[in-house]
Amino acid sequence: MAAKRLSLRDKYQKFTRDLAWEPGYQSKADIFPQTEFEGIHIHDWDRWEDPFRLTVDAYWKYQAEKERKLYAIIDAFSQHNGQFNVTDARYVNALKLFLTGVSPLEYAAHRGFAMAGRQFSGVGAQVACQMQSIDELRHVQTQIHTISQYNKFFNGFHDWNHMHQRVWYLSVPKSFFEDAMSAGPFEFVTAISFSFEYVLTNLLFMPFMSGAAYNGDMATVTFGFSAQSDESRHMTLGLEVIKFMLEQDERNVPIVQKWIDKWFWRGYRLLTLVSMMMDYMLPKRVMSWKEAWEMYFEENGGALFEDLSRYGIRMPKYWEVSVKEKERLSHEAWSIFYNYGHAAAFHSWLPDESEMAWLSEKYPDTFDKYYRPRYEHWRSLQEKGERWYNNTLPMLCQTCQIPMAFTEPDDPTQVCYRASEYNGEQYHFCSDGCKDIFDDEPEKYVQAWLPVHQIYQGNCGGASVPEVLAWYHLVDGQDNKEYLESQDRANWERWTGGSAEAARPVKSAVNQ
Amino acid sequence: MANNNVFIALQNNEEARPIIEAIEQDNVEARVEYAPAMVKIDAPGRLVVRRESVEERIGRDWDPQELQINLISLSGNIDEDEDMFVLHRGD
Repeated sequence: MAAKRLSLRDKYQKFTRDLAWEPGYQSKADIFPQTEFEGIHIHDWDRWEDPFRLTVDAYWKYQAEKERKLYAIIDAFSQHNGQFNVTDARYVNALKLFLTGVSPLEYAAHRGFAMAGRQFSGVGAQVACQMQSIDELRHVQTQIHTISQYNKFFNGFHDWNHMHQRVWYLSVPKSFFEDAMSAGPFEFVTAISFSFEYVLTNLLFMPFMSGAAYNGDMATVTFGFSAQSDESRHMTLGLEVIKFMLEQDERNVPIVQKWIDKWFWRGYRLLTLVSMMMDYMLPKRVMSWKEAWEMYFEENGGALFEDLSRYGIRMPKYWEVSVKEKERLSHEAWSIFYNYGHAAAFHSWLPDESEMAWLSEKYPDTFDKYYRPRYEHWRSLQEKGERWYNNTLPMLCQTCQIPMAFTEPDDPTQVCYRASEYNGEQYHFCSDGCKDIFDDEPEKYVQAWLPVHQIYQGNCGGASVPEVLAWYHLVDGQDNKEYLESQDRANWERWTGGSAEAARPVKSAVNQ
Repeated sequence: MANNNVFIALQNNEEARPIIEAIEQDNVEARVEYAPAMVKIDAPGRLVVRRESVEERIGRDWDPQELQINLISLSGNIDEDEDMFVLHRGD
């Protein structure tokens, strides 16, 4: 007699919830010691809903299929030398930033969700966190495998995890994640699953990955979209955990709102790097940062927060500032990297005429007025052989750790500068958002490992730029500085027939 | 800025094509936008992917969980069972 097929609901119940048990000889508080100290009140974990109702057997089935598809494409990409089909070698610098800045966060997320899953006392949340932890490990592995093909042909990919731990601008993503991981489990999930993944990562994985496809990078778009298919599940977890906390107890509402405010701003500042990848680092552009922000945050995020207003949740604090900044963010960011290109693990350059025209069109109120003249000035210096590098180390924001180059919300010509005093010391911030976060937990943020302070204290290999670069494992004159003068560009010209050396066999041009 | 749109984004490939067509058929207010390698579909308030509509197009059994394979992103509350996958705002 054939057994009756279980409905999706019944199957989910039997394969997840029914696997749990009530502890007999230890108290729940001893088994899950972190579930209460953040002030979140949970009365009934059975009210947790997992909308995807994904059971472990189905999880492995679908993940295996995703992997088969992905690796078939990665193999084809390597076999067919797909790295030569990208628009031009400048594009590859976006991948350097991705591998050093984003991939290590995937690994951190793998660890973070394993820890969160261990601390939640409800089985629905445990299973969702466990699946996400495994997903994140898959993401970092697929990214390393995909990008390893580029490492055979381009500079700057050789020691990405070491760089993530040490290089100045990589302390921005690193400290973001460590801030989340050193919080409690509910704040961690609010930070990463809701504020970052649900509200903000569409900006990275949709327009940027679509941009990778547009620039001929079949491998990156494939790992990007493969990761993002898991991300849909993570975003759902993020929304679920928020709704669950809000429905369980009204005392949770102000705590959740405070976390949303904090992590929206932390995540938005982190996305500064993405804004510049979209507007400056993709030779062929899909949409501007401003358009993406309008589509994915103002429109889509607006609908989300409208939906959450029935729980008493409002838009994250300072969202208006993000809207005011949308016409300058990418330009201010790219200028930082042009200034400090000698200390970066990727190349920087000035946009060419057609790119400047595109920027003028996309940013009619700001580009020609504020940024084009700056770039033209730098270009004139470059033409005289005096390519500008800034040898004064910048002041960093104590919270987001980005150089303090952002401008006043209502005045794009004035650098925004905020400060707080704590235990007799002065701390500096790029914005009201970052200052508020510090003021709420100063004892946490005074411990920040700020790269510039560390260099001046002599903790980063020495006092000169070459010594610091060596400590970063960067080869001066090879991994850093101007794209036009780079080995990457010279190789690219050779390989793609752009110079007299085109006939030289590819193999001999590959970096050792 | 007040709106109640939900969205689903899928890879633009052969497996997703019948799903996209099914969504267009079952959601008259849906707005389909193509970008390199992906398709984003917005709909006011509610968007449904029906198993039957996809099966009609592909000529075999289809489980709404197969959406996971070619899904890129989504926004909205999810309600899923054997017969459909729904995104919606509000309760």
